[in-house]
Amino acid sequence: MKEIWIISRRELNSFFNSLMAYILLIAFLGFSGFFTWISGADVFMVGQTNMQSFFGIAYWTLFFFIPGMTMGLLSEETRSGTIELLLTKPISNWQVIFGKFLSTLTLVCIALAFTLPYYISIATLGPLDHGSVWTGYLGLILMSASYIAIGLFASSLSKNQIVSFLVALLIGIFFHIIFGVLAGNFTGFLGGLFSYLNLSTHFESISRGVIDTKDLIYFFSLIAISLILAETMLTRRRF
Amino acid sequence: MDIIVENLTKIYGTQRAVDNISFKVHTGEVLGFLGPNGAGKTTTMKAITSFLVFNKGTIHVGEFSVTEQPEEVKKRIGYLPENNPLYNDMPVIDYLRFVAEIQGIDKSRIKGRILEMVKLCGLEGEKHKKIGELSKGYRQRVGLAQALIHDPEVLILDEPTAGLDPNQIIEIRDLIRTIGREKTVLLSSHILAEVEATCDRILIISKGKIVADGTPENLRKKAQGQEMLKLTIEDGTKNEIVAALQKISTIDWVNPVQGADNRFEIQSRANVSSRRAVFDICVKNQWPLTEMVVVETKLEDIFHELTMN
Repeated sequence: MKEIWIISRRELNSFFNSLMAYILLIAFLGFSGFFTWISGADVFMVGQTNMQSFFGIAYWTLFFFIPGMTMGLLSEETRSGTIELLLTKPISNWQVIFGKFLSTLTLVCIALAFTLPYYISIATLGPLDHGSVWTGYLGLILMSASYIAIGLFASSLSKNQIVSFLVALLIGIFFHIIFGVLAGNFTGFLGGLFSYLNLSTHFESISRGVIDTKDLIYFFSLIAISLILAETMLTRRRF
Repeated sequence: MDIIVENLTKIYGTQRAVDNISFKVHTGEVLGFLGPNGAGKTTTMKAITSFLVFNKGTIHVGEFSVTEQPEEVKKRIGYLPENNPLYNDMPVIDYLRFVAEIQGIDKSRIKGRILEMVKLCGLEGEKHKKIGELSKGYRQRVGLAQALIHDPEVLILDEPTAGLDPNQIIEIRDLIRTIGREKTVLLSSHILAEVEATCDRILIISKGKIVADGTPENLRKKAQGQEMLKLTIEDGTKNEIVAALQKISTIDWVNPVQGADNRFEIQSRANVSSRRAVFDICVKNQWPLTEMVVVETKLEDIFHELTMN
């Protein structure tokens, strides 16, 4: 556990040293702030005291930003050869994977923590369903964790960060949109399957305030499968 | 802590990068791994550090098997990979702390170890700089510092002096020699002078096979076998001198040097010396002997001969 934290901390430091973290934080807060408060379809337009408009925006911005954060995690290590140093230290591949996963998740959580003033502001405007706000945040964290795991897998595939970014986006877009569209086009078993695979179905039900084990299982299995694939790819590099 | 490699084989596609090699490195020994590029040096080293999965054979570091107890092996190895990869965006001191932590050094000792390494590797003036800003020589020192920080019993250095200037090379060599007194060191190089200067034993590898194994002196002796002399004998005519030299029973062959009237190369028969006989002949014929040099076989020649076939 200690080793995982050591790796995470190094990765987080590198996010903040390279300005990457600041750019992402500013861009994320800028986008979500603009669309929540200033643009046409904002909180005031909707006229309800809830955070659905913010969650809708964050759902999309995180989808695009996360591949940017994960693309270098393993690609850069492979390209520069530092992966060899890391894997010849007394730590396991899993500790490397978890460490990197945790570092990005921490960064996303920091970004989400900065949006808490939105919550406070809206709460002062009128009666607010506090439960659904917290589950909304939980939904965003689960969704982010899934895309980080997918991004980590994409990063394990190539030495090239751009390739990793595009692969992560390509895989992500299936869960984000395509399965949802397919679910609408099919009926019966296939329709059910696509609807189950569609990430937004699960995200929406959580962000409405319903924490269902079915949704949790979905997110956790998506994360687990992606991380297992990433670990497999990391091991395969040693052959 | 010994390194024991037995029947190691690594196949990439159809190519046998390392072909059934076995050797031992003993504690307190610096073993030089010598070979042309692509001979399998790096592959063998990667296999010992458990980074590379190999096809056949066993490797033990001390009593630990590389394949079965990799964590135990990794704790005891200090490794400097080829090309010395480092995190360029990290300051030297942060990087050393990261490595110290990941090696599981006790928290109370980390600071002391880092300072020791900074001093040992001469990084005093650069410790707060980012690694990416360092010159190649200093990078190499950081690479060595991270390999040594947990005081490992076994050191594996892949081309430790690549890219350094002559002064730095001497410093690093001294450092390796000092460390090598109590630890097991395996270093690779394709520079012969380097291996000769730092290593107690040399292993020459070519096309994945070990072609020679021994101390630098032994290897030289083995290749030498017969004494070679270079002579300059004045006053006599070429033919007279050659004829006189050929009469000496211990001489195998005589070869006048092209383009010079009075210079000759002679080779003695195995295990005998002709130096006294040559001198006697010169005295008898009143030829001034102005040069007599024993030609030493250079390690370069052995290396060339062994790796070109």
